[in-house]
Amino acid sequence: MQLIVVADGQVVPELPAVARSLASRDEPVEAVAFAGTGVPAGDVAGELGGYGVSRLHVVRHELLDEYGPEAWGSALATVIDWLGPAGVLASASHRDTEVLTHAAARAGLPLATNCVRLAGEEDGSGAWRLTRTRSGGVLLEDAELTAPVKLATVAAAVETPQVPLQPADCEVTESAVDVPPELARTRVAERVASETGLSLSTAPVVVSGGRGVGGAEGFVVLEELAERLGGVVGCSRVATNNGWRPHRDQVGLTGTKIAADLYIACGISGATQHWVGCMDSAAILAINTDPEAPMMQRATYAVEGDVHEVVPAVLAEIRRRADGAAGSGRSGVEEPAPAGSSRR
Amino acid sequence: MDIVVCIKRVPAFGAQVPLTDDGLAVDTRHLGFTIGPHEECAVEEAVRLAAAHGGRVTVLTVGPEEAGEQLRYALAMGAHQGVLVDTGTTDLDPEATATAVLAGLADEPAPDLLLFGDASADAGHGQVGVRVALACGLPIVGGVTGIEAESGAVPENGAVAENGAVTENGATLRATRDTPGGTEVFGLSVPAAVAVKEGLNLPRYPTLPGRLKAKKAALRTVTCGPEPGGLRTLGLRRPADDRAGAIPLGRGADAAPAVVDVLAELGKV
Ligand SMILES: Cc1cc2nc3c(=O)[nH]c(=O)nc-3n(C[C@H](O)[C@H](O)[C@H](O)COP(=O)(O)OP(=O)(O)OC[C@H]3O[C@@H](n4cnc5c(N)ncnc54)[C@H](O)[C@@H]3O)c2cc1C
Repeated sequence: MQLIVVADGQVVPELPAVARSLASRDEPVEAVAFAGTGVPAGDVAGELGGYGVSRLHVVRHELLDEYGPEAWGSALATVIDWLGPAGVLASASHRDTEVLTHAAARAGLPLATNCVRLAGEEDGSGAWRLTRTRSGGVLLEDAELTAPVKLATVAAAVETPQVPLQPADCEVTESAVDVPPELARTRVAERVASETGLSLSTAPVVVSGGRGVGGAEGFVVLEELAERLGGVVGCSRVATNNGWRPHRDQVGLTGTKIAADLYIACGISGATQHWVGCMDSAAILAINTDPEAPMMQRATYAVEGDVHEVVPAVLAEIRRRADGAAGSGRSGVEEPAPAGSSRR
Repeated sequence: MDIVVCIKRVPAFGAQVPLTDDGLAVDTRHLGFTIGPHEECAVEEAVRLAAAHGGRVTVLTVGPEEAGEQLRYALAMGAHQGVLVDTGTTDLDPEATATAVLAGLADEPAPDLLLFGDASADAGHGQVGVRVALACGLPIVGGVTGIEAESGAVPENGAVAENGAVTENGATLRATRDTPGGTEVFGLSVPAAVAVKEGLNLPRYPTLPGRLKAKKAALRTVTCGPEPGGLRTLGLRRPADDRAGAIPLGRGADAAPAVVDVLAELGKV
């Protein structure tokens, strides 16, 4: 059996395909969820069935009603012991990864995190061949996973295998599981909802500044540009380390990984640790005095120049065109979008 | 509060990542090294906690002899002693690394707090903290960007602290972390383990006297050749970069019209 872990309550479509490709002909693909997952088991089962998953095991214990990495990981280790699957897959989300890591440690099994490719044995060894990302995606690591039960988390960027998935009636099986009472110690004690509104990871436009911005006050024009474009401000680690911006604005390996429609890098050189944070953006505009800077080479568009001149000039041009549009009486008449938007 | 911080020596590369000819590792011959940023924050937090609540900070690293350089940096930041678990390399799988960390902890007094970085900056497996904590019988929470020790509040054995955490021998920690669904708060009683992320604090730069003192400090070295675990690296490679070169939009302020044309094309103005 190949087992899919649904700790987050979200069924990632790639997982059943990867699991199917790793399974032998008649081997079933099943799934496990926790009573506290937060989504009705029937809904999860319905979705999984569509991807050919034939059974959903829902594990229950009062300690599983609220999330706790140790309790959930312990429950998963027990389920792995019961079912004896050949492979166990989860998404690379924060919670899925955490639960799998705890289960792996408890079961004494290896775990491959952040896999972008997984394939079964090639040589009869029973090992999995896989590729995982390192350093946030700067490097790819080819590796071999050998274990009685193989555990892996699958990154969103995984190569989805082309395997037919026969829709199945996914049966729900509820089971009580033992959880050591002391594991209550790491249950979430309190939750604070995240602020609504645009965040760095979801904003369609990010206007980011690095050393070239020169100081905290240099970010004022970047704020203005971000607001104009319906986005937020980001920064490099140099800006964070100098105390110009809070760390939650940092883009990169040890900051936030973004995939914006447009990333504007102002005075940022493009070190790999920064690049991995912004490289998934659809378009990148670099503004830099140094035409040889890596960001200037790898971006989609490049402006050679001083941020302190270029950004104000861009803002002035945006204002000029908006005023022009308003002046000609075209604003907001023929389209519902805000004045000046998407007019070619 | 006695604290052990586990740190990793990682290469600090720039715009390109050089690989060795056999493709098995990063070619570090011409690279500098650093403590992983998450772990640097762990060291800073430990030094602050020890300053506020008393206790000693021990830094521990698994790697080649040269990783002593990172231990000394942490000592210069204010840690009190360093333990080098000499495995000859940092390129170990997560199970082997955990075994080596445990070998280094074996002769240390059990700490009140064991700190890790959330994931190493190079291999990024993110497993060592959990494996070590479990072997030590300690609770662990990862991804933490806020730690508050209930200062002075030392409830009696088994007493319930304000934040609901049951304490056995005193201090309680309030650990917070950001998840896509919002902030999660944990109440931990020591002894406990926490894996932290950059953003927890702004690490200090070592002072010159700190550096000089650290240079002379004796490190405890433990030699360890851990059994490999089940995940074996076969090779490293760089992902294909299929981006075409950047389209130049001009120089300085004169580029503004071309930039706004692009913004309009992308539907952003
Ligand atoms: C393990 C590790 C993890 C890291 N994680 C991150 C991370 O998450 N995020 C991150 O950003 N970095 C990270 N870094 C740091 C990274 O390696 C770089 O040091 C950092 O990204 C550089 O920031 P920068 O581009 O702002 O500064 P610099 O590299 O100094 O570049 C400044 C750029 O600004 C240009 N410039 C200067 N003046 C002007 C001007 N007036 N107008 C226009 N351009 C100008 C220069 O030509 C230069 O290209 C990490 C490093 C390590 C070792």
